Amino acid sequence: MHKLLLDQPGKEMLVLGNEAIARGAVEAGVACATTYPGTPSSELSLAFFQMSKESDLYFEYSTNEKVALEVAAAAANAGIRSMCVMKHVGVNVAADALMTLAYIGVKAGMVLLTADDPFMFSSQNEQDNRYYGKMAGLCVLEPSSLPEAKAMATYAFELSEKLGEPVILRTTTRINHSTGAITLGELVKPNIKGSFTKDPFNLVAIPAVSRRLHTRLLQRLTEAEKITDQSDYNYVQGGGAWGIVCNGVSYNYVCDALNDLGVTDKVSILRIGFSNPMPVAKVTEFLKGKEKILVAEEGEPFMEEAVRSMAQEVGCTIPIKGKGPELFSREGEFDPAGVRKAIAGFFGVDLAPAAVLDLSDVPEIPARPPNLCAGCTHRAVFYEVKKAAENMEIMHPTDIGCYTLGVLPPLSSADFLICMGSSISTGCGFSKFIDQKVVTYIGDSTFFHSGVPGLINAVHNNHNVTMVILDNGTTAMTGHQPNPGVDRDAMGQEGYNRISIENVVKGLGVESVTVIKPYKVQKSVDAIKEALAYQGVSVIIAQELCPLYAKALKRPVKKPFRIDMEKCKDHRLCVDALGCPAMYVENNKVAINAEQCIGCAVCAQVCPEHAIVPIRD
Amino acid sequence: MDPVRLIIVAVGGQGNLLTARVLGEAALASGIPVHMSEIHGMAQRGGVVESSIVFGDAQSSIISDSEADVLLGFEPAETLRALNRCNKNTAVITNTSPLPPFTAAIGKGVYPPLNQMLDLISAKTASLKAFDALKLAHEANNPLGLNMVLLGALIRSGIIPISADTAKQAIKDNTKQAFLESNLKAFDLGFEAAA
Ligand SMILES: Cc1ncc(C[n+]2csc(CCOP(=O)(O)OP(=O)(O)O)c2C)c(N)n1
Ligand code: SF4
Ligand code: SF4
Repeated sequence: MHKLLLDQPGKEMLVLGNEAIARGAVEAGVACATTYPGTPSSELSLAFFQMSKESDLYFEYSTNEKVALEVAAAAANAGIRSMCVMKHVGVNVAADALMTLAYIGVKAGMVLLTADDPFMFSSQNEQDNRYYGKMAGLCVLEPSSLPEAKAMATYAFELSEKLGEPVILRTTTRINHSTGAITLGELVKPNIKGSFTKDPFNLVAIPAVSRRLHTRLLQRLTEAEKITDQSDYNYVQGGGAWGIVCNGVSYNYVCDALNDLGVTDKVSILRIGFSNPMPVAKVTEFLKGKEKILVAEEGEPFMEEAVRSMAQEVGCTIPIKGKGPELFSREGEFDPAGVRKAIAGFFGVDLAPAAVLDLSDVPEIPARPPNLCAGCTHRAVFYEVKKAAENMEIMHPTDIGCYTLGVLPPLSSADFLICMGSSISTGCGFSKFIDQKVVTYIGDSTFFHSGVPGLINAVHNNHNVTMVILDNGTTAMTGHQPNPGVDRDAMGQEGYNRISIENVVKGLGVESVTVIKPYKVQKSVDAIKEALAYQGVSVIIAQELCPLYAKALKRPVKKPFRIDMEKCKDHRLCVDALGCPAMYVENNKVAINAEQCIGCAVCAQVCPEHAIVPIRD
Repeated sequence: MDPVRLIIVAVGGQGNLLTARVLGEAALASGIPVHMSEIHGMAQRGGVVESSIVFGDAQSSIISDSEADVLLGFEPAETLRALNRCNKNTAVITNTSPLPPFTAAIGKGVYPPLNQMLDLISAKTASLKAFDALKLAHEANNPLGLNMVLLGALIRSGIIPISADTAKQAIKDNTKQAFLESNLKAFDLGFEAAA
């Protein structure tokens, strides 16, 4: 049985933050979970996926975040408790639905989990999604610890039903990817049978209806303002005349800092866990008798501005600071020492100097950037496109996936990237105005997620671009989740239909469509040359399983390769062209690590001396 | 209990997340509060994987620069790279068998000589225990048991109040049957090596 389905109330268990949230939702009787994968939320979706096979929970990997949110919204409007999971930027994709769903509301509890990523450990930006709560008029909950993450995941459903609105549960990487102990609570039997009663004048967002629904949303927000003021998730701790307002993981760093500085008795903490709407009465009460207030929050000055405006309202003029040169940054994530230093500086507390080591004599250590795996199909395609375009000026709008790593030399195959799906649409724009030939890269998962509208645009407006679809049969970057083009029978999963990218592309009216097998180098180069010469939209679909995924599927392994030293002329064309991590240089000679090499044979086809040969046993 | 802050650095695939997991479970079983955090976004693509584990009475799950009490390094250059996480009172335990980054492997950038790296670490920190953990893992008939060898060495150091028996129980609860025996053997070899 899945460990998160254990029916042992009171049992203590060490779990990942994402698992704590999954358990919290299960204890609330969640019956529908939807997602589009994205770090740092992916393990939460995986837990739901695994549990769905052993329980009544319905789970799906949806095409993109907007679809995921709409599926969950429908479930919640059919009386089914639902949760929708995504990374912070996913909410941008789902935002259109979210803004008006707030007008329509929900019948059963619905929770939107947004996993924010301060410092961008694995994201393209570090936006602060609390503002979505403000913009949509929805409640936002923010846990500081794993037990609280679990408790909030349960409570969020209750709150959602009380208000008739979805609730946003906002985490940051350090909650999702931290591990700690939780205590299991009672499991409830989820309601899995939905129903729908027609009520178009409350459920169809036409202007006349929406005007009324907006009024209702604002009334619900007023109700929420009362709840947040009563909420145990907004609490005061300590009793000193110095005040600190904090949230999320910042709260932990503040608590540790006060201990370290020995000023626990001088400081009162207002911990905000229910951050939208902010608790006006609690904050105003907290301001009373304080000398000054420090607001410790990662990201934007969301609470800081709220606290300051509440202070203004009651004529309180004490210093209220948060973001600023000597205090907290809007960039990156906090850490205990940084928070300690800001507190000491702001309140004038002695701070022991940091015990920094002098590392000036440490030699430069070669970097260890992430690299495409040995034998990665993307590497072969990048090489082949370069080869095919040898005498051309090309530029590459790229997209988000493992292939984004192609930005690094020697492949250097990424020139422009904004967000998922932007490769082909920006390719349309570039191709109109620049001289270089535009060749875009996109993965299969990203193609389904948001690449199709861009391709339709390219065809309809007759842009001159070549779109390379890197179809490695999986969503590799985020942990090999399925996508609509994946062969799920091969994963041992029944009941899914597989969508052919080739049929989609042809169906859209693309006339030049070529499927290549990237491990066949010369054939691929020839096909790409033809596609590049085509005026208009041409599409290359590079089909080969991601080797890491193929390994997980236990596909037959190929013999590794070696260098025939008698033939090798040591010009290192192979290393310089491919940068496959299975290759290394020893005693000034190129060699192949047989344990890493997956036998893709691409280097063997690149070597003009035919010096790279399979190992025979 | 006063907090003890441990940082584990490794290269993707070396299995440090399991080491962290086992330590977490063992702490839980010993009644020691534990908060852990990991960054493993690009683990499978050869990047660095870092875990931080805070034992004892603290709420933070991450560790600031210069504030590790113990640094457990799975690869010598990564141990050296993580020296900014240490201070002069930090205890360092490291594997000495190198795994040069790809950049160095293809002759772009120089992988520092092992002796130089160990000298630097030992000169700047309170103690250094350095040994070839990969060799011991092979001795235990389990090349993937490097993480268990290093766990054994860490427990032997006594810096973390977790007994060998508790750690071994956590290994039993967290490893597949097929690897159990060799994992325990690897743990013992590491435990002995750190004597
Ligand atoms: C809006 C949004 N959602 C999710 C993500 C996380 N994410 C990054 S890449 C990726 C998918 C990659 O899959 P694919 O395009 O098939 O490329 P592969 O990694 O398989 O090469 C996802 C889901 C994101 N960056 N932005
Ligand atoms: S996981 Fe797959 S797609 Fe990603 S770099 Fe490795 S081989 Fe390439
Ligand atoms: S065959 Fe060559 S390119 Fe392919 S994985 Fe082995 S060394 Fe790398």
